[in-house]
Amino acid sequence: MLNKTPLAQLHQTMGGKMVDFGGWWMPVNYGSQIEEHKAVRTTAGMFDVSHMTIVDVHGEQAQAFLRYLLANDVAKLTEQGKALYTGMLNEQGGVIDDLIVYLMPLGYRLVVNCATREKDLAWMNQQAQKFDVQITERPELAMVAIQGPQARQKVSEVLSADAAALASLGVFYGIGLSGERSDWFAARTGYTGEDGFEIMVPATDVCAFWQQLADAGVQPCGLGARDTLRLEAGMNLYGHEMDDNTSPLVANMGWTIAWEPASRDFIGRSAIAQEKANGVQFRLVGLVMRSRGVLREGYEVVVPHSEVRGVITSGTFSPSLGVSIAIARVPVGEVTSAEVIIRGKNTSVDVVKPNFVRNGEALV
Amino acid sequence: MSEVRAELKYLESHEWARIEADGTVTIGITDHAQAALGDVVFVEVPELGSEVTAGSEAGVVESVKAASDIYSPVSGEVIAINEALEDAPETVNSSPYDDGWFFKVKPSALEELDNALDAEAYQEAIGE
Repeated sequence: MLNKTPLAQLHQTMGGKMVDFGGWWMPVNYGSQIEEHKAVRTTAGMFDVSHMTIVDVHGEQAQAFLRYLLANDVAKLTEQGKALYTGMLNEQGGVIDDLIVYLMPLGYRLVVNCATREKDLAWMNQQAQKFDVQITERPELAMVAIQGPQARQKVSEVLSADAAALASLGVFYGIGLSGERSDWFAARTGYTGEDGFEIMVPATDVCAFWQQLADAGVQPCGLGARDTLRLEAGMNLYGHEMDDNTSPLVANMGWTIAWEPASRDFIGRSAIAQEKANGVQFRLVGLVMRSRGVLREGYEVVVPHSEVRGVITSGTFSPSLGVSIAIARVPVGEVTSAEVIIRGKNTSVDVVKPNFVRNGEALV
Repeated sequence: MSEVRAELKYLESHEWARIEADGTVTIGITDHAQAALGDVVFVEVPELGSEVTAGSEAGVVESVKAASDIYSPVSGEVIAINEALEDAPETVNSSPYDDGWFFKVKPSALEELDNALDAEAYQEAIGE
């Protein structure tokens, strides 16, 4: 029996091609993944991301708990609604999950991945035993991401009562909406490399909201386009670029580790400090293949400076660039080209920063 | 519900074959296959003049989602390839049985197609 979001029926009615997506019945596309991808790069598209898990952390020691639980430091969150991206590590320094945490009026709100929901909650509850905190999942909230150069304008049309507040909302900030929408929370975040919002909406309101956005000309998009968009933007996907056995240091997540203050102990700190002291062996790079074909996850990468082979962690055809791109984990060292073994044949690729397209502009 | 054409022969690996009036055989992938693959972005067909063998790999179709080998339903010489697919691979999605054909073969043993599925058997094979 597959899990369904409150929008599942509406997706099907609107022509979504529904598939089993990690145990959830979700639209992979609405006809053409490439068309949906391009809508997000040029106008506005929307995604049902209600399968993601929203967790509120409240209580006297909420801050102390999260400063211990997370590699980034929630003490940096000094303004209401400010968001922070972070890894949640295990004792060995592997990434249990990557997540966003918001400072809320009554504590913190975390948005974690759907595929990792059970282990995340188990881990958080286990670690919380030493703290005076309450951990509350919010399954009654659905979530819609509206992304693209026109996304903010379209959302403001639909949520006109809050248009002024939404217009002045800074990047990586969230805000509670007003009046009858006081349970809603809109954040200027996303997973596409475009401007836009991710909006948490009570399940009872989400179908009407989705319909209003569609009527305003926002393209419904499946999770297929979400993956090609995040890959072009060079964003990590849990289970691909990192997992329980991968340290944030080899997943280009070094910037999310708050080493200062040195007195703050967080789970995994000693393990990754040791790894850093010994010298990090791998890093993530971007690959661009100018010839025909598509780079796929798992293909091996031959680099000129090392005997050790790298591996593609995510690969796809880039609808924006018209060529194939990938994120790969390779031995550290400066290189500008490499070879990927595709069905037994070595094919030359460019090595670039893992950041291919931002705000509609090609970066490679 | 995908389209299955009565006059064609099929492989379980989702290729179709059409016997033309001149005895040549045109090969492509089915409507069911293109829908399952999603947006097709590259098609690799055998070289013009090369020999293909029934049941052997003759090319690759790549969508955003996956790469899939193409098998030839018959043996013979490749006498035409659909060059339009190089610039417009999405034709495989929009017209899998007509403009989205892959290649044509001059068969060396047309009776090999007797082993292929007819429309009814293919329909059953894809569970529709």
